[in-house]
Amino acid sequence: MSLTLFIVQCLNGLQLGLLLFLVAAGLTLVFGVMDFINLAHGVQYMLGAYFAFAAYQLTGHFGLSVVLALAAALACGLLLEVTVFRQLYERDHLEQVLATFGIILFLNQGVKMVWGAAPLNVPPPQILAGSVKLMDGLQYPIYRFAIIGSGLALALLLYVVVTYTRLGMLIRAGASNAAMVSALGVDIRRLFRMVFGFGAMLAGFAGIMIAPILSVEPGMGDNILILAFVVIVIGGIGSIRGAFIAALLVGVIDTLGRSFMTDILRLFMAPSPARVIGPAIASMLIYVIMALVLALRPEGLFPAPGGSGGRGGSK
Amino acid sequence: MNAAMNHASPSVTGTPSQARSANTWIVAVALLLALAILPPLSTVMGGKYLLVIGERVMIFAIAALALDLIVGFGAMISMGHAASLGVGAYAAGILASHGYDQAEIGLPAALLASLVFSLATGAIAVRTKGAYFIMITLAFGQMAYFVATSLAPYGGDDGLTLAHRSTVLGAAHLKNETIFFYGMLACLAGTWVLLRAVIASRFGRVLRGLKQNPERMRAIGFNPYPYLLTAYCLAGTIGGLAGFLLLNQAEFVAPAYMSWQRSGEILVIVLVGGVGTLQGALLGAVAYLTAEEVLSHWTEHWKIVFGPLITLTALYARGGLMRFLRWGGGRT
Repeated sequence: MSLTLFIVQCLNGLQLGLLLFLVAAGLTLVFGVMDFINLAHGVQYMLGAYFAFAAYQLTGHFGLSVVLALAAALACGLLLEVTVFRQLYERDHLEQVLATFGIILFLNQGVKMVWGAAPLNVPPPQILAGSVKLMDGLQYPIYRFAIIGSGLALALLLYVVVTYTRLGMLIRAGASNAAMVSALGVDIRRLFRMVFGFGAMLAGFAGIMIAPILSVEPGMGDNILILAFVVIVIGGIGSIRGAFIAALLVGVIDTLGRSFMTDILRLFMAPSPARVIGPAIASMLIYVIMALVLALRPEGLFPAPGGSGGRGGSK
Repeated sequence: MNAAMNHASPSVTGTPSQARSANTWIVAVALLLALAILPPLSTVMGGKYLLVIGERVMIFAIAALALDLIVGFGAMISMGHAASLGVGAYAAGILASHGYDQAEIGLPAALLASLVFSLATGAIAVRTKGAYFIMITLAFGQMAYFVATSLAPYGGDDGLTLAHRSTVLGAAHLKNETIFFYGMLACLAGTWVLLRAVIASRFGRVLRGLKQNPERMRAIGFNPYPYLLTAYCLAGTIGGLAGFLLLNQAEFVAPAYMSWQRSGEILVIVLVGGVGTLQGALLGAVAYLTAEEVLSHWTEHWKIVFGPLITLTALYARGGLMRFLRWGGGRT
């Protein structure tokens, strides 16, 4: 295991972590504030990627596609909120899980109908093509740095909004006690809708940014959704700070585990079992951490103050 | 969480589930009888097509019955139930690939493997509540899934193909589709009877009490943990039975059996049929797989219709199909 590979994988892990954060931030807010388990959050990410593809086909300009796709992702999120999710806030988790499960089936099939089942590609923008030389024998693509940079910028923006603005204050209050916020005269439905649209846009943005480095295909949101759930459970439901730290943790651990677990095992076992067990342990690693967190600190590593993980946790 | 109870109309809430199921067991018996006439019917119609659908219905009905025990009576919403099927199927499949292809070995191994898996995961999962339980079972399901994909000696991602179905008493009885079908029907009927007995027992009453009001149950001296864990393990073990049957039916096992989408499907079956009724799980399996079959014949993009159907069921059909049957289609 060479140093350059290690650095590259750390950067890849950081990049995965930041994308995960963008998806998880919306999920944790929606869950924390509205006590709503939204399995369909992953398809927002997928839709973002598809919208980016469609917009790129239309305009041929990456920056313009980002803007168009973001607007489309927001519109889609709000449309889902108005037609379906709004009726689910008061329901129990089982009904939420199933209703949103149906939406996943629908939208996964929907994109297959519109764009076909074959993976699609979006070329990275010209300005961000090529790579930077970090040290001897270590090149890293500029576009991936752009992802890291925009992820960090958005995380900072989110932090400022949640910590210092009136809207952020209401969101935090909602995560602690939504009923009380409503009783104090805040239009909680409007707050819910804003949080929801915002979350959908963040997930959509993650999908847009990933489109040039991953292939865009139906069902691409399903795996990221599970990872995002892992992140919000580790971080503490409703906590943006927790989601940020947990996302980076999950991104780096998952990436490093997949690259180096086999080598680590080889230090104390025969090569052939290590080749079999290594990938298995690597892919289980983050779920093991999640199980440990749930067993030892069920409220997550950085729980939202006063938040009890919603109705389900407090009852 | 009492939410599910609150959604029902007052007349339903007022009736204990025992009295409710007294009227509706006919539904289950009727469905079992309907399944029983499938083999002669398919002989008349020619082709195994009906049999294969019936077999799949029964496998998913067994899995859904088990899930209804923990969702409907224990308020534990598991999003990882498919993992117990997969673990059972892999246990028997791996043994068969080493030449131990007898059902007398494969079936107990499948049950044991699923039991051990549920015990290990349940010991942690049952400590959590509500949404956290959903997530942790989801995570354990994913763990099982990824372990299966990395089982390179047993097919990895591509899955493991069975050379032939398990032998029973040294002969290949299960190759005879009719015998296999009726064997499966016996398993389904047995599971249903067993779970009804469990629900009606003292254990079942404690379980239902824990769902309705855990604090009160604790106050009168019940520690919820062993009860919930036992129910979880029983559901997992029955999942192993379904897994063993699925392995033999498809003569194949793949990691996809354990995907969280599959767990979601089983949960949908329970909800469509009616949570907390047992009979509903049977009805749901028939409805779900028939709808899947009909729609997929109609269009390649059947999920575009199927998805919204599930969403609408969750939104508007509280109580599932059993509720409609109970009131003769009318609302109260």
